[in-house]
Amino acid sequence: MPVMTYLDAIRQGIWEEMERDPSVFLLGEDIGDYGGAFKVTAGMLKKFGAERVIDTPISESAIVGAAVGAALMGMRPVAEMQFMDFISCGFDQIVNMAAKIHYRWGAKVPLVIRGPSGAGVHGGPFHSQSNEMWFVHTPGLKVVVPATAYDAKGLIKAAIRDDNPVLYFEHKFLYRRIKDEVPEGDYTVPIGQARVAREGTDIAVITYGAMVWTALEAAEQLAKEGVSLEVVDLRSLLPYDEQAVLATVRKCNKVILLHEGTRTGGMAGELAALLAEKAFEDLDGPIVRITAPDTPVPFSPPLEEFFLPNAKKVAEAARKLAAY
Amino acid sequence: MTKSRNHRIAQFPDADTLGRMLYYLKLTRAAEERIERVLYRQGKIVGGVYVGRGQEAIAVGSAIQLDEGDVVLPSHRDFAAYVIRGFTLKEIFANWMGRANGPTRGRDNTLHLGDMARGVIPIISHLGDTCPVACGVAMVLKWRGQGNVAVVHFGEGTTSRGDVHEAMNWAAVMKLPVVFICNNNAYAYSTPVEKQYAVKDLTVRGPAYGMPGVKVDGNDVLAVYAAAAKAIARGRAGAGPSFLECKTFRMTGHSAHDAAEYVPHDLFKRWEEKDPIRRLEKRLRAEKILTRGEISEMDAKIQKEIDDAAAFAEASPMPEGETGLEDVYCGQNCNWGKTSVVSRLLSFATDNGPRTTDN
Repeated sequence: MPVMTYLDAIRQGIWEEMERDPSVFLLGEDIGDYGGAFKVTAGMLKKFGAERVIDTPISESAIVGAAVGAALMGMRPVAEMQFMDFISCGFDQIVNMAAKIHYRWGAKVPLVIRGPSGAGVHGGPFHSQSNEMWFVHTPGLKVVVPATAYDAKGLIKAAIRDDNPVLYFEHKFLYRRIKDEVPEGDYTVPIGQARVAREGTDIAVITYGAMVWTALEAAEQLAKEGVSLEVVDLRSLLPYDEQAVLATVRKCNKVILLHEGTRTGGMAGELAALLAEKAFEDLDGPIVRITAPDTPVPFSPPLEEFFLPNAKKVAEAARKLAAY
Repeated sequence: MTKSRNHRIAQFPDADTLGRMLYYLKLTRAAEERIERVLYRQGKIVGGVYVGRGQEAIAVGSAIQLDEGDVVLPSHRDFAAYVIRGFTLKEIFANWMGRANGPTRGRDNTLHLGDMARGVIPIISHLGDTCPVACGVAMVLKWRGQGNVAVVHFGEGTTSRGDVHEAMNWAAVMKLPVVFICNNNAYAYSTPVEKQYAVKDLTVRGPAYGMPGVKVDGNDVLAVYAAAAKAIARGRAGAGPSFLECKTFRMTGHSAHDAAEYVPHDLFKRWEEKDPIRRLEKRLRAEKILTRGEISEMDAKIQKEIDDAAAFAEASPMPEGETGLEDVYCGQNCNWGKTSVVSRLLSFATDNGPRTTDN
């Protein structure tokens, strides 16, 4: 099976969907001639033409709004945010226009908004945010966050085929750092389905995005110390896989909730509430949250390093929880 | 001016269209009168009530010339656009009253009615949002190459929002068949135009983006018709977008609860004299296109239609609370919005709540 980078897997997924379905088209800033700020859409203009790979003005709200209009007309637009930080400029079109149309008057709005999120590349406060939770709080949207190249391809295809607005958060730190086996040809990863990234018995670490790799690194370390971590990769945040979350906690009886997004109102809080409601009797220790602090993402390397969760922090928390 | 006058002559509607325009003007006025001044006051309509009294000519004069395949994105004061595109009074009244068989199943209010089969995408309360949506619609219309257009309405207050800027620039850059129609009714809620923008006429915004900007007497349905005809023809021919500023006046408060005491009284009196319905009626009688008797018949017919629609809506069931959980997502059995009102009532769609997967 071919091994490819996370970035190439995204590109291959989009490429195949463009070949498969003429209603799929791309729009965004610098995605055509230039191939996108991170080159996700490189080569697509030449292959698919300017009608299907559209360079737009710097107008995030119009990018999303036009995608909504085209989706209502039966197309399947894939809109790129050059950085997911800039999605705030299109926020209203996402949460008020796209998210509510089907509920209000029954029309399908199949569109994907994708782009790079996350920290670790010294991008500073405006090129580093993990802002997925802004949208997880909006009924009518779906939110996915692939961690592997396999899932990157499978989820972009599922997102494009979905009849609802899907936000697809890529992690820019993973673009060229992660490589794994990606089947040639067609497959999808169902939206709303988590996966067990590593089997374990003592502590469940539930996470997503780049933090899956952090959790795996910590699990490797802890295994040498005789503590077995099970790592669950959510893959989708809205809807999230409630059964997978409950299953791993019922198995391990202790849980760490880990993410790169900030703490208050983060996914960990939602999962903690779910566990308190439905797995109270299964817990043999306190629910532990490891998240970024409630600050903007700082620029300077020591500040950013302090801000981000890492394997060391996860391992320390796991040791403590194991001993509880 | 000569140019526009020449065009106006060339774009004069035929007698049948003139009669239909009078009908839609009168229907709008009478239906909104019932909604704002009767049903709302009786407590049969709750929530915000926004009407287009005084500015009916803008929707009538533009929407009346749309063809199959065109898409209109009306504002909340463009009642006639919905009716001309095929929404029935029964549907509209049922929606105002929050009934289960209204086009939104009670989920959204006022004129937030959409249906792609009828080429209508409704406004949302976040003003200006439909302008970029119109661009996306027009991109697809342009690709299809069948000469269709998208027409989007918004108020002068909305022109202060960024989405209007993004959309007008976008439409001009991509040479899209969009007609931007600004219903300039002089007040955005309580804010007069002097506090909204610093130019005399918003028409300058057209050339600023690279499209024509045309000032129109929004209380003259024939002037609206002519200007819209030209802008629509331009869009159909692939020559790009246009901006029309239709000057009119909101002959009521922002909403039914607003007495509009901030509007100088003489302004209402002055604009009353320019009433678009009276103007057209006078002209049609003078030109012997319609007789006084025919117009009375029209008025009676309209009252009957409104009576029937209001009675239908009042007799219609309210939605069951839990039906509000349905249709947040379009799932595999997604047929909400495609079926008729009746069959929708008979078989409520399956629950596609946020925790389902449907890939």
